[in-house]
Amino acid sequence: MVAQRITVNRIACDGHGLCAGVLPEMIKLDDWGYPIIEARGVPRELMEHARRAVDSCPMLALHLEDRR
Amino acid sequence: MGGMTDQVLWYTTRAAGAVSLLLLSGVVVLGLLARLRVEGRGWPRFLSAALHRDLALIALVFLTLHVVTAVVDPFTHLGVVSATVPFGSYYRTFWLGLGTISLELMIAVAVTSLLRHRIGPRVWRAVHWLAYGAWPLAVVHSIGTGSDAMSVWMLAIDVVCIITVGTAAVWGVFAAPRDPLAAERRVAAMRAGAGVAR
Repeated sequence: MVAQRITVNRIACDGHGLCAGVLPEMIKLDDWGYPIIEARGVPRELMEHARRAVDSCPMLALHLEDRR
Repeated sequence: MGGMTDQVLWYTTRAAGAVSLLLLSGVVVLGLLARLRVEGRGWPRFLSAALHRDLALIALVFLTLHVVTAVVDPFTHLGVVSATVPFGSYYRTFWLGLGTISLELMIAVAVTSLLRHRIGPRVWRAVHWLAYGAWPLAVVHSIGTGSDAMSVWMLAIDVVCIITVGTAAVWGVFAAPRDPLAAERRVAAMRAGAGVAR
């Protein structure tokens, strides 16, 4: 299975910051509340939390993409 | 036995209606909290959103119970039409119709929420505004009809719901939407102003 990574649509993102609460292992917030996401592929043990983080975004700005 | 079952159905309708109203009020309040980005120690932002969703799904279960037991109750003979067609009921046509509209708005909100990844954020959010219509309709429906509408405990539930949601709504209207870049914009405006002055 190809590792997936988390991407954010910066235009859609409104800095709600829910994702960082759901997946603090890979997502931090910058000083303005916008997410800084680790570029590495999501490790298997964090996959479920990553899906929840994507699902939690009220702007639907977070996505899981196949790693390129 | 028949009479016993009828009574159970009618009691269930009334109880499930009251519980639905309480839960839905909680759902609206949590929705407003999520909108206002409320957070605190031990209350991360995603908690409001997650509770909002879970409570909404539980409320729908009680709402289904409320409607189904009312429809099959043999005493009122409401029938499926009164639950689906607004003002289609011979029994307390107006007050029941408000409940029917409220139910249908809530179904629209729930379905679009479950499909939000397919329909996209714009449509989802637009339909979600219907919730602000569904809740007051449910409140008026609960005050206007029902065996318990004028009982003290039911009126107490109505008052608690209205005050809670009202407070959250007023707070929501007056709390300025947070602009995370507000400070930067001010600095940039000042710099721009200084540049012009020079």
